[in-house]
Amino acid sequence: MPLLEKDEALAMSDQKLSVNEYLKTDSNYLRGTIEEGLDTSLTGSFSEGDQQLIKFHGFYQQDDRDLRNERKEQKLEPLYSFMLRARVAGGVCTPKQWLGVDKIATNLTSSNSIRLTTRQTFQYHGIPKRNLKTLIQDLDKEALDSIAACGDVNRNVMCNPNPVESRLHQQAFYWAKKLSDNYLPRTKAYAEIWLGDDKVAVSEGDEVEPVYGKTYLPRKFKMAVAVPPDNDVDVYTNDLGFVAVAEAGELIGFNMVAGGGMGSTHGEVATFPRLGDDFGFIQAQDCLKFAEAVLKVQRDWGNRSDRKQSRLKYTIVKHGFEAFKAEVEKRAGIKFEPKRDVVIGDRGDRYGWIKGVDDQWHLTLFIEGGRIKDLPGQPLQTGLREIALVHKGDFRMTSNQNIIIAGVAEADKAQIEAIARSHGLMGKLISETRGHSIACVALPTCALAMAEAERYFPDFLTKVEALQEKHGFLDQGIVIRMTGCPNGCARPFAAEIGLVGKAPGRYNLYLGASFEGTRLNKLYRENIQEAEILSELDALFARYVSERETDETFGNFTVRVGVVKAVLDAARDFHG
Amino acid sequence: MLLKELSSLASPLSQGQVDKLKQLTAELSAVQLAWVGGYLSATAQLGASTGSVESTPEQTITILYGSQTGNGRGVASELAEKALAQGYAVNLVSMADYKVRQLKQETLLLAVVSTHGEGEAPDDAIELHKFLASKRAPSLENLHYSVLALGDSSYEFFCQTGKDFEQRLAALGAKSIVPLTECDVDYEAAASTWQQNVLEAVKPLISAASASVVSISSVTSATSSAFTKQKPYSAELLVSQKLTGRDSDRDVRHVEIDLGESGLSYQVGDALGVWFTNSADLVNEIIEQLSLDGATQVTLGDETLSLNQALTEKRELTQLYPGLVQNWAQLSGDEALLALSEDREQTRQFVLNHQLADLVAQYPVDITAFQLVELLRPITPRLYSIASSQSEVESEVHLTVALVEDQRNGTSRFGGASQFLATADEGAEVKVYVEPNNHFRLPENPETPVIMIGPGTGVAPFRAFMQERAVQGATGESWLFFGNPHFEQDFLYQTEWQQYLNDGSLTRLDSAFSRDQAHKIYVQHRITERGEALWQWLENGAHLYICGDAERMAKDVHQALLEVVKQFGGKDDEQAAAYLEALRSDKRYQKDVY
Repeated sequence: MPLLEKDEALAMSDQKLSVNEYLKTDSNYLRGTIEEGLDTSLTGSFSEGDQQLIKFHGFYQQDDRDLRNERKEQKLEPLYSFMLRARVAGGVCTPKQWLGVDKIATNLTSSNSIRLTTRQTFQYHGIPKRNLKTLIQDLDKEALDSIAACGDVNRNVMCNPNPVESRLHQQAFYWAKKLSDNYLPRTKAYAEIWLGDDKVAVSEGDEVEPVYGKTYLPRKFKMAVAVPPDNDVDVYTNDLGFVAVAEAGELIGFNMVAGGGMGSTHGEVATFPRLGDDFGFIQAQDCLKFAEAVLKVQRDWGNRSDRKQSRLKYTIVKHGFEAFKAEVEKRAGIKFEPKRDVVIGDRGDRYGWIKGVDDQWHLTLFIEGGRIKDLPGQPLQTGLREIALVHKGDFRMTSNQNIIIAGVAEADKAQIEAIARSHGLMGKLISETRGHSIACVALPTCALAMAEAERYFPDFLTKVEALQEKHGFLDQGIVIRMTGCPNGCARPFAAEIGLVGKAPGRYNLYLGASFEGTRLNKLYRENIQEAEILSELDALFARYVSERETDETFGNFTVRVGVVKAVLDAARDFHG
Repeated sequence: MLLKELSSLASPLSQGQVDKLKQLTAELSAVQLAWVGGYLSATAQLGASTGSVESTPEQTITILYGSQTGNGRGVASELAEKALAQGYAVNLVSMADYKVRQLKQETLLLAVVSTHGEGEAPDDAIELHKFLASKRAPSLENLHYSVLALGDSSYEFFCQTGKDFEQRLAALGAKSIVPLTECDVDYEAAASTWQQNVLEAVKPLISAASASVVSISSVTSATSSAFTKQKPYSAELLVSQKLTGRDSDRDVRHVEIDLGESGLSYQVGDALGVWFTNSADLVNEIIEQLSLDGATQVTLGDETLSLNQALTEKRELTQLYPGLVQNWAQLSGDEALLALSEDREQTRQFVLNHQLADLVAQYPVDITAFQLVELLRPITPRLYSIASSQSEVESEVHLTVALVEDQRNGTSRFGGASQFLATADEGAEVKVYVEPNNHFRLPENPETPVIMIGPGTGVAPFRAFMQERAVQGATGESWLFFGNPHFEQDFLYQTEWQQYLNDGSLTRLDSAFSRDQAHKIYVQHRITERGEALWQWLENGAHLYICGDAERMAKDVHQALLEVVKQFGGKDDEQAAAYLEALRSDKRYQKDVY
């Protein structure tokens, strides 16, 4: 933007826009100087501005934090690499695509692994800058991309991957895919920079991005489609959620939910996690009209001065639910109908074989930490490759960082299972708690992490399992989630036991969320270490087994007996 | 009075004498001029009025040296000192600074020259070497000469350049006073004998008149110090910091040494000679394998010390040489080793890939402690291109040292000096001296652009160059070509280059990381890619520097430069070669290769 316009924009707004807003404006629809950055072999990093823009292309700049000090002494810059997240609507991909994804991990990343994420996609860690272009081109050959997998846009759209109710799932997935495709940025920057498409002159005005405009959204935007009773997608934690409503096994519409989001900042009470509000029922065919209306209201009303106040949840809190709802109805040209009754149930995955209504079999494999890698005695990556070579159905990534081998004919079951067992993908006993729990990536690659998560979580869970066993309820699942920071990739504030990193070895302990993900948790103990966490849990577990009511979940128990107060209105209660 | 104003009207000289004087002075270097000044005034004072200017050269011994590592210069300087001590007039000059046209006026020439790679002349000697072989070479019937050749007998063309000099001088009619002396890597004793012999041989050739002529200020005096190769300074090691990342295949160190109050000074481009001790593990391994006792007293020259100490401090253990292999073959009586030692090429390969400890392990011999130390060469210091500028680091000197490590049947064999430097503790004593390299110097004009090509540890002197130029506030542009196997692991001094680029003191940096993609990319490929810009820099007067591997890199880079000159300078093969040759003789193309 020319200087004058910037000044005008400043003069018009009460507050100075955040730096990212200028970056977006000046980026020529997300091009920035990314190409120049790719050309220099002096550094493995991108310029500061481009580091923000590359997120819109699906990847983040990271560095190995374990090596920072060592490399400084070696007169070497930090060991930069990139984390690229693919866009895989609903987490579904074919065996052929999986083989491509697998090959890329082996050939082009230093982590030699595939990381399944909490948003039903996969990401690569440890991509050197020089490999980015080849990697994106190789993804393109598999009809996959990373456009808008990160950045201030609508990100990967989640959808319940349950293949059992195959017809209903197909209908829900149809809308998830529509939402994903419709709100993809239209800029040709990705194709030009990464795929070598011819450069086209960019016209001024908003015709390039009819929904987003030149400055896109004020902040990231997440959508999910849930198919009750499953709530594996944690629909209330999304900016915009669609809860499928079915009649006689046919999708008729959705209960729309908006205003959820996990991210917050330690010590800043103006920031808080929030679960989405129920807005009411909409007809299936009106799905896109409402989605676009919500996106546009957020585009126009969202806070562009303070990125810590710019998610949709703050926009709704600031303007009030009714005003926001009215504006959405006005822009959609349709009114919400009263919310339909649906039962929201389990957020976990159903491990092992399940037979679907169409007589096809589906195998859900537990992948600890979502990390698909060849480990000693557990060649997980090889195992999935072997499966992909013979599998005729598809792969479905779940929002719990697991994978489903979906659509296996009765006759092929044994072969798939044999491969899974011989590669350590199947056969280990997974406790209910472990099966319901997730951790984010955190150290050493994530720049935001303050403490360990993925690397430490398995051992931590083993200790929790021992406590559960001691108190005699190991057969009951507790949703435990751990993140290295309060940005919430593993949705820790919607966990019955949430652990959010504060410093190496230190976590905030949150309690009181519902098992189904319909109520947030609340801070119970601050900045404590493992021994203290375990002793707190030991005491709470003792009390739980003696005082719980029939079928009462751990999260509900901690609220009922007053260990923590229930968080019903996040803005009021989370810090209150 | 300026030389151009000199005429017969303004001086007591005839016009013919003026012309001759002008012609002579035009050919002389600054050092030579200074010497001539001293010589003439001394001659006048002595009242030797009978000696004419024309006859002066007859009284002078010209000592020429051409070498890459400083050994040749060392031998030549020693000879000059001895000659001066005996009262001779001496003109000590590097072959690089020698005006070839002066050759026909010489009467006594002593040459020390080394041989490199596949029988090539060292850079200093290229021009003179070529001149002697050319049609322009004059008849040298009035010349007496002797040549000392330095070489490494593990190479096929051992002492080839020395042999060429000998052969050409003889062919041009010059008379040998002492036959060609060929020295192997353990050159000291042979060189000393040669020095004595030539000084004996020149006696009858030099007239008494010149016997009391003044001494000269030799090239070395400008940089000489109290500390020399023979009398090194005991410095303190400050830092030995690994520069390569943890996943690198190689271990390259940044070494900082404190020169303390020594007063040792160096210029950027110089090398540091480093004495080292052999590792205790290696010494023990050899002693144990040979069933010797480390405490056994042995005599070396006029010194008696334990075998352990002799092997640790006095003897070369990490570099084999063909003579030792031959002797070892005889001692062991091993058929295979005997056969190998009789084949030059096989021996050469063998000494490159083995150490004494390998010989000891594979070919057992019965040997006494004394025999062993007698058989081994004296330990010699290693030279490292200095990686710092004193204008930046003051009394420190920095080196960039690659730890030489080879695996042999699961055992690591290390380079002697590099292991010493890589494993030395902070505060350890390191014996050092400065080895000047006058043929690797920044341009005098700070505005002159420089192109620096230094892959691997060859980047060391360019760190010194950048420090020097940054402190100078030099405005000349600079361009660095760097290469190594992996970007993430092996980008030596990466953050420093980034800093120099950010603050503008380094203009460009092109890097080549050979193993980061399927096909290998080296610095010469970058030179080719950037040919057009590089040609522009050369045409704008840039000085060109190459440091690093002589065997392959320097040759490949030279070839790439030839192609650049051909393509962008519109020249044919011969013209391109002449262009680079002209750069070299203008001191705009300098190499520090090894």
